[in-house]
Amino acid sequence: MNDKNVIISVKDLKKYYNNGEIKALDGVTTDIKKGEVVVVIGPSGSGKSTFLRSLNLLERPTSGTITFEGEDITSPSTDINLLRQNMGMVFQHFNLFPHLTILRNMTIAPMKLHGLSKEIATKKALELLSKVGLSDRANAYPSQLSGGQKQRIAIVRALAMDPEVMLFDEPTSALDPEMVGEVLDVMKNLARAGMTMVCVTHEMGFAREVGTRVIFMDCGKIIEENTPEQIFTNPQNDRLKAFLQKVL
Amino acid sequence: MIKSRFCKQCGEKVTGEETVCPRCKAALPAPVIPDAGKKAGRIFLFGLLSILLSFIPFAGIILAGIALWLYKSDTRLVSNMGKARIGKALAVTGLILSLIGTVYVILLLSVGNIPLWAAGTWTKLVKWASGIPADFENNFITDNRYNYIVKGLGITFEVTVFAALLGIALGIIVALIRSSYDTLKDEMRGGFGKGLLTFLNKLCGFYLTVIRGTPVVVQLMIAYFVIFVASNNKVLVAVLAFGINSGAYVAEIIRGGIASIDKGQFEAGRSLGFGYVRTMTFIIIPQAFKTVLPSLANEFIVLIKETSVSGYIGLQELTKGGDIIRSRTYSAFMPLLAVAVIYLIIVMFFSQLVSVLERRLKNSER
Repeated sequence: MNDKNVIISVKDLKKYYNNGEIKALDGVTTDIKKGEVVVVIGPSGSGKSTFLRSLNLLERPTSGTITFEGEDITSPSTDINLLRQNMGMVFQHFNLFPHLTILRNMTIAPMKLHGLSKEIATKKALELLSKVGLSDRANAYPSQLSGGQKQRIAIVRALAMDPEVMLFDEPTSALDPEMVGEVLDVMKNLARAGMTMVCVTHEMGFAREVGTRVIFMDCGKIIEENTPEQIFTNPQNDRLKAFLQKVL
Repeated sequence: MIKSRFCKQCGEKVTGEETVCPRCKAALPAPVIPDAGKKAGRIFLFGLLSILLSFIPFAGIILAGIALWLYKSDTRLVSNMGKARIGKALAVTGLILSLIGTVYVILLLSVGNIPLWAAGTWTKLVKWASGIPADFENNFITDNRYNYIVKGLGITFEVTVFAALLGIALGIIVALIRSSYDTLKDEMRGGFGKGLLTFLNKLCGFYLTVIRGTPVVVQLMIAYFVIFVASNNKVLVAVLAFGINSGAYVAEIIRGGIASIDKGQFEAGRSLGFGYVRTMTFIIIPQAFKTVLPSLANEFIVLIKETSVSGYIGLQELTKGGDIIRSRTYSAFMPLLAVAVIYLIIVMFFSQLVSVLERRLKNSER
C-alpha cells in the first residue's frame, strides 16, 4: 500500500461514555485514501456517526489516534480549527444558518477564515451554486428552501472551503423520499470529480453505485470492510448478512 | 335507564346512548330517559323559586345555581324538552333578579335609608368633582410643585437608562462566561485557561445567587448606606445598584437565548473551521439576539417600575416626587394618581414597542 495516498489513518479509536459503561467506539482501525468514497453502514447505535464525528473531532475520542495528512490530530498541539477547514461536514439536519442568506451562508467561512474578498468569495459561491442548480436562490433565506435544496446548499457551503475530505452524516435521512435523489446526485458528481468522501448513510443504492469501499459497523467495531460488490453480493459475517437482509 | 330506540333508516334496535345508528350510520332520535320529565320539572321549580326568593340574600342565587347545574349536568338528555328550557330561562331571570335583590338588601342593611344614602353620596361626589380644579392647582401649580413630577421623571429615566445599559453589559459578560463554561468544560484540557474559566463561572454563579436571592430595595440600601457611604451622588449609587441587580436577570435571559439555539448551529460553525469565539460571534449570538430582544425590552420595563423604590435612599425620582407633593399638600389622591398614570403611560408605550418588535422579528426569515 502506498502510504502517500493515505489521507486519514485511524488507529484503535475508542470512545467511551460513562467511564466505559457505554462503548460507542471500541477499537476502530482503518485507512482512508485520497479519492476514496468510503460508505459506512450499520444498524443504529453501531457507532458509525460517532466514528464520522470523531474524524473532525466533533467527538473527542477516549483513546487511539487519528492521523490526517501525516499529522496526529488527537495530540493536544493540533490546531483543531485549521484541521476542520480541511474537512467539510454535512449534517443530517442541514444546520444552515437561518439568519444569513444562502450567499452569506456560503461566503462567511471563506471570507473570515481564508481571508477572501467579498467579490471573490461571492463569485466562487455563485459558481458552486450553479453546479447544484440553485443560482436563483442565492439571496433567499434557508427557511424559504425545501429540504433537498437546504442539503444541497449545506454541501456547497462545505465545498466553499475547498476541503480535502468531505464527511457526510446521514445526509438524506431527514429528507422527504422525493428529495433524496437530488442530494444523492450532487454527492455522485462530487465523487466522480475525485473528492475523498466518508459517508454514513442508509442509501444502499448509493453505496453500491458510488462507493469504492463499504465499512460495516456494529457495536462500535468494524465488522466487515470490503468493496461494495463483495459486501452486497458476498457478505461474510452473519451480522452483516442479517443487516442486509433487513435493509435490502 | 334509557328506553330502547329504533333507527328510522334500517330499523336497528339501539339500547345505548349512541347518536348514530351502529349499522347504517344514520342519525338517531335523541334518547329519552323516563325520569327526564321529573328532572325538567325540578329545573322549572328551582328556577321559579329563585325568582320568588330573589329578595332574600343568596337564597335566590343558590336556587338558580341549582337549577342551572341540573340543566347543565344532563344537557344531552333534557335540552330538547320544553319544560327544562323554560326552567332554565326562569333560573337565569331569577339569578339576575337575585343579584339585584341581594345588592339591594345589603345596601339596605348597611346604609339604612337608601335614597338618603344615594343623595348624600351624589352630593359628596359633586363636591369632590367641583373641588378638582382647586385640588389640581394646589397639588401641581402652587409653588411650581409640578417640578417634583417633571424633575422626578427625568431622574427616573436617567437611572433606568444607565442602569439598563450597565445591566446589559454585565449580563452579556456573565452570560458568556456561564455558557462558555457549559460548552467548553469538556473540550478544554485543563491548564490555566480552564482554571480561570471555572473560577469565573463560580464567581458568576455566586453573583446570580446573591443578587436574585435578595430584594432590590435591600441591595439599594446596602449600596448607599454601606458600600458607597462616602458618596453623596444618589443617582450614581442608584444606577450602580439597579444596574448590578438587572445584570443578574439579563444574564439569565441571554444565557437562555444562547441555550435555545440548536446545538447543530454550533457544530456547523465549528465544522467549517470557526473557533469557539468566532462561532459565537457570527453564528450563535446574532440568532440568540433575536430571541432575547423582547425579553430584554421587558426587563427594561420592569426596571422602570423598580426604580420607584429609590425613595428609600432619598433620591427624588418620580414616585418620591409625588410623595413629596403629598406631604406638602396633605392630599394623596392627585399626586399619587398622577404618578401612577405617568408610569402606566410609559409602560404601555414600551410594551407596545415590544409587541411591534416581536411581530417584526417573527416576520423576518423564520
